[in-house]
Amino acid sequence: MKKCNIMIVGVGGQGTLLASRIIGNVALKQNYDVKVSEVHGMSQRGGSVVTYVKIGDKVYSPIIEKGEADIIMAFEMLEALRWAEYLKEDGKLLVNEQKINPMPVIIGKEKYPENIMQMLKENYKNVISLDALKIARECKNIKAVNTVLIGLLAKVLEIDKEVWIESIKEVVPSKAVDVNLKAFEEGYSRG
Amino acid sequence: MKKLMLGNEAVARGAYEAGVRVATAYPGTPSTEITESIAKYDEVYCEWSPNEKVALEVAIGSAIAGGRAICSMKHVGLNVAADPLFTVSYTGVNAGLVIMVADDPGMHSSQNEQDSRMYAKAAKVPMVEPADSRECKEYVKAAFEISEKFDTPVIFRLSTRISHSQSVVEIGEREDVPLKEYKKDPEKYVMMPAMARKRHVAVESRMAALAEFSNTTPLNRIEWGSTDIGVITSGIAYQYAREAFGDVSYLKLGMIYPLPDKLIKEFSEKVKVLYVIEELEPFFEEHIRKLGIKVIGKDLLPVTGEYSANLIREKVFGKQIGGKKIEGVQVPVRPPVMCPGCPHRGMFYVLNKLKLTVSGDIGCYTLGALPPTQAMDTCICMGASIGAAHGMEKARGREFRTKTVAILGDSTFVHSGITGLIDVVYNKGNSTVIILDNSITGMTGHQHNPTTGFTIKGEPTKQVDLVKLCNAVGIDRVKVVDPFNIKEFEKTVKEEIEADEPSVIISQRPCALLKHVKFEGPHRIVIEKCRKCKMCMRIGCPAIVDMGDHIEINDALCVGCGLCSKVCNFDAIEKAGE
Repeated sequence: MKKCNIMIVGVGGQGTLLASRIIGNVALKQNYDVKVSEVHGMSQRGGSVVTYVKIGDKVYSPIIEKGEADIIMAFEMLEALRWAEYLKEDGKLLVNEQKINPMPVIIGKEKYPENIMQMLKENYKNVISLDALKIARECKNIKAVNTVLIGLLAKVLEIDKEVWIESIKEVVPSKAVDVNLKAFEEGYSRG
Repeated sequence: MKKLMLGNEAVARGAYEAGVRVATAYPGTPSTEITESIAKYDEVYCEWSPNEKVALEVAIGSAIAGGRAICSMKHVGLNVAADPLFTVSYTGVNAGLVIMVADDPGMHSSQNEQDSRMYAKAAKVPMVEPADSRECKEYVKAAFEISEKFDTPVIFRLSTRISHSQSVVEIGEREDVPLKEYKKDPEKYVMMPAMARKRHVAVESRMAALAEFSNTTPLNRIEWGSTDIGVITSGIAYQYAREAFGDVSYLKLGMIYPLPDKLIKEFSEKVKVLYVIEELEPFFEEHIRKLGIKVIGKDLLPVTGEYSANLIREKVFGKQIGGKKIEGVQVPVRPPVMCPGCPHRGMFYVLNKLKLTVSGDIGCYTLGALPPTQAMDTCICMGASIGAAHGMEKARGREFRTKTVAILGDSTFVHSGITGLIDVVYNKGNSTVIILDNSITGMTGHQHNPTTGFTIKGEPTKQVDLVKLCNAVGIDRVKVVDPFNIKEFEKTVKEEIEADEPSVIISQRPCALLKHVKFEGPHRIVIEKCRKCKMCMRIGCPAIVDMGDHIEINDALCVGCGLCSKVCNFDAIEKAGE
């Protein structure tokens, strides 16, 4: 890992904040300058959530802007579509194939776009997708979607697996560590 | 030891290391984590106060008595605390007093985007502003030194992107700061006119001394690069400027009021073109122009919203930047929603059904203004719901009043709703007030308040009895109802709005996200029984989805509160099997 801009996008309640803290902690362990920026408040109640993790020798602005992300980790398909323009030309888009309808769709005012995965794969060079909810369910904890995706990211970033495991142990509440490590392994093996 | 810390956590660490004894706050995004983090240090007395005015008064008391104190709030909270602020500027302090205020450019979670720097100027109090977590920690310590050296409170300005960004902080030790001696000194601490007049003179000479100090403090630093361009900036705007302008010269302000005139002149003389990059108001820019210096600032950059490096690149250098966008596809917006199992959902369902005018307030329930319920007419500031409903009644009379309710949370009621209720009783109003008692301060992420029975440290304490409190201010009609018992709730609302006396309905059910709240698990729709009337969709639950040919309950989201089964007329919703 060198200079790297990672964006985590999803829906409030999916565990994106915890994921960003794990990644930030990994970068710190590798002795990089790192900034993690998150938005709280209204956005955590089922709204669209975005977190930025910027890693480098010296990081100024904590925000990643359009066309600047090396990696976008999307916890939900519609959010992948919403934020994809933040990806660098050769950036990687990691997508959880989960679908969570926003309120305008639920009440029938707008339509959830069809064939999102196909659209993304046609328009961006490096798209990797998986059904993290299904995997988390198999690990017997549907809340572990975030660590499944962290596993996938760990493989993509090519940083020693042990550093990630150590970071997960530090950041995740102790009683949930085991199930999250299992989810991490599942995600890692699919990278 | 190096640690990745939120700006707010770093502020807390700085206060701890500075030997702070008392920390007070009312929660408000983006300031909340400051006090939550301080509460983890046993050496510091820490409290959630009922509102920001009280929080500041407690901190002032601590400082006058000789113990360093910190008080935290969001920008609109400073409006509430403005009254004691303007006078503590006159009394000064004894031990240090630092007031944290977190602005919210871009209004990620606020009702306006006022610029707190105006308060520093208006109250004649020095202001300090950090640009990352490391500076958050270091500047808090510096702020305490300024406070004691100049006998003044210091305002510490944060913004969303500083408060809620994590960056690297070097942890230090707690400094042993003994209590300062307390001496009775009414000339200094009793602000009646004869004494206050003298103190105003003292304040003016203090400001002159601080203005001198501003030129020499290392909080204001010049970073020399190419002198073709000079940039004067502070806080998060400094970080955006560094990325957009690159290797030019910067005057990075850490003490942002009073401003360092000599330093500004010196800097401006050495650069060819001078830019001022600041979010929100042209606070630096107007001051610098008055010094007769030519600058470029708000003529290019906006006074609204949050800045970014790209915004500066675009406005200053005319560059268009961006990634690849997929054309021709509509991406639906995703507004925040009330959580599955939220106790406010049943209440809004009823208010919407009865087509009432709803005078709203600040909290999770503000989301009731959004579709599908859209059951809220106004939202002004913390605690304004009751006063506004009373005003509506006085302007339009009984008929309008019987179709109007005020709603506010338990924490908001204690914050500043109670005075509104007293006003209604005293001035012979007839408002119907619904207190949404979900047993926690919800929107900011579960902070205790005087109605929950626990302190910030989770210790049990006396609990405000809302029924007795309402009785005590003169409300005779107080009803406690479960908002998920829809029939009874509707009946109660109808009765109370018709009553020709003021009344309070306490809508009581704990927040669905509280750990001890257990529901029976996901429900499902029995396809054979469902008539697709979409009644269940009117409650606006994010777990109930219209699939086109059928309605479905998303089992990953549904907690099983059962509200949907209560509005279904065909018995088509039941608990899902394993």
